[in-house]
Amino acid sequence: MSTSTPETLEPRQSRVSRQLDPGFERSDRIFHKASTLIGLSTLVLTGAIGLFLGEQSIPTLSHYGLAFFTGTQWQPEIDKIGIASVLVGTAEVAFVAVCVAFPLAIMFALFISDFAPRRIKSSLISAIDLMAAVPSIIYGLWGFFLLQPKAMDLSRWLSQHFGWFFLFHVDTDPNAAVWQQSRYTSSVFIVGLAVSMMAIPLACAVMRSVFDLTPLGEREAAMALGATRWGVVRTVVLPFAKGGIIGGTMLALGRALGETAAVLVIISPAYGINFHVLEAGGQTVSALIAGNFGNATKAQLSALLTAGFVLFLITLAVNYGAAIVIRRSRSGAATEI
Amino acid sequence: MTSTMIEGSPVTAAASLEAVDVAAWFGSSLVIDNVNLRMQPATVTALIGPSGCGKSTFLRVLNRMHEAVPGAQMAGEVLLNGEDIYAPGHRVTSVRQRIGIVFQKPNPFPAMSIADNVTAGLVLTGTRISRHDRETLVEESLTRAGLWNEVKDRLETSGSALSGGQQQRLCIARALANKPDVLLMDEPCSALDPMSTRWIEDTIRELGKTMTIVIVTHNLAQAVRVSQWSAFFLAEPGEPGGIVEQGSTDQLFSAPQDPRTADYVSGGFG
Repeated sequence: MSTSTPETLEPRQSRVSRQLDPGFERSDRIFHKASTLIGLSTLVLTGAIGLFLGEQSIPTLSHYGLAFFTGTQWQPEIDKIGIASVLVGTAEVAFVAVCVAFPLAIMFALFISDFAPRRIKSSLISAIDLMAAVPSIIYGLWGFFLLQPKAMDLSRWLSQHFGWFFLFHVDTDPNAAVWQQSRYTSSVFIVGLAVSMMAIPLACAVMRSVFDLTPLGEREAAMALGATRWGVVRTVVLPFAKGGIIGGTMLALGRALGETAAVLVIISPAYGINFHVLEAGGQTVSALIAGNFGNATKAQLSALLTAGFVLFLITLAVNYGAAIVIRRSRSGAATEI
Repeated sequence: MTSTMIEGSPVTAAASLEAVDVAAWFGSSLVIDNVNLRMQPATVTALIGPSGCGKSTFLRVLNRMHEAVPGAQMAGEVLLNGEDIYAPGHRVTSVRQRIGIVFQKPNPFPAMSIADNVTAGLVLTGTRISRHDRETLVEESLTRAGLWNEVKDRLETSGSALSGGQQQRLCIARALANKPDVLLMDEPCSALDPMSTRWIEDTIRELGKTMTIVIVTHNLAQAVRVSQWSAFFLAEPGEPGGIVEQGSTDQLFSAPQDPRTADYVSGGFG
């Protein structure tokens, strides 16, 4: 305890703090420098990609101006280019994918962390991780050949019963005796389902690792009060893991926004803002680039890269926003994204 | 603190708890064996002994928290008022509700307010209660845990903002709100400062007049201060732990029969 009186405190305020030598050992200094360098290089790489895309966008943006963001057509032949409909399509695919991936990922993760018998736990984890290792083109083919014929029936059922809701509306007679199957194929909905298969393992891995970090003391506190397993999950695990749940979902969203190959295989390109996700046709930014860069002129390539730049900025904003949300939560420290 | 119960919760006869030939394993290693102990109604029973002799494991066998650890097993019987809590047909959730436990490290639910922490057990067990009864229960439980006067003006603030000693008393209040027949305490003061320890010991003595309490402690002076009955646990190297000697606390500390007990209570080891 300090015994200082106000008289002795007075001169203290005028004193200068001492410079302390942190005293890093040589090995510490080398490691410190090396890790700083590598850490910075990732920033430099991301920055360089952004700069490259930004620089490539200048001709397009100066040529089309604001119309580039408001235009809905992509017809370089007649000099009409705009990404409004493509951005909406990208958002729709990501929305469908996250809507499907979120509940499945959280339930898989909870099952693995809290309900699965211990001996199958590790096989379940590898099975989910394997889902992430499957190339996206495989998911595309799976979605096109296997999922689509089945999902079409679901699409039709949804539009029959919930067609009054604009998202589920399909511009055809859903009750026709011989239904127009082609109106339901290659839709944003089916693409979203295929993309969700790639988003699930990412979201699930993040959520599961955070669920496993739930303090044992709090779990036991709930159990000791007579909680069921679900009670423990509800009162302890989910509140603790809020940051991880948001982080995992954001990661899934980022994945869905950028997915290319699966979209390219399934979707039939269509431009024009259309919120009917069950209806045939649509387009996303990445699929637009992948489908058109091969036979693009220099100006068209610049336009495609500009679209890529916009997607880059959106993804950056999504991740940054997520990081802010997560940092404020208790489990955030464990879920860097 | 008051020892009179608030209206609406009549004093029921305190329960008795008896361990019959209890053994416990973690995986294939037997950590306690042949433990027989009768914990008298309305009595504080202290479990003393050096670290690693199975006191805490035994305590967790008493309310079926032991089996929450993967790979943990047990043998023998634990009789609550003569009924085996491990018998088929006894739901583990209701056993834990009737035999509450307070852990070594205070573990209030950080996302909940003080009042919600107290009534967490009701929510978790799906017990419905009127708003008025809830307020009464919160006040009664916090009063019995000796915390009411310190928190009555901030019941809706977070429980994690309290000091360590207050958090531990909140955990005691939370256990009491479940209206358990028996209260188990696993070194409840080992993470606390002397003043908080004193508060909690006062609480234990007061509760012990009407409740059956079992407390694990490393602090021999604490065992003397709060308990009427003591059991000395010891594990020889390579052997499972068990009770070497038990008796009234006065007798165990003043005239131990076993030389190992005498050695331990006189401060020879541990």
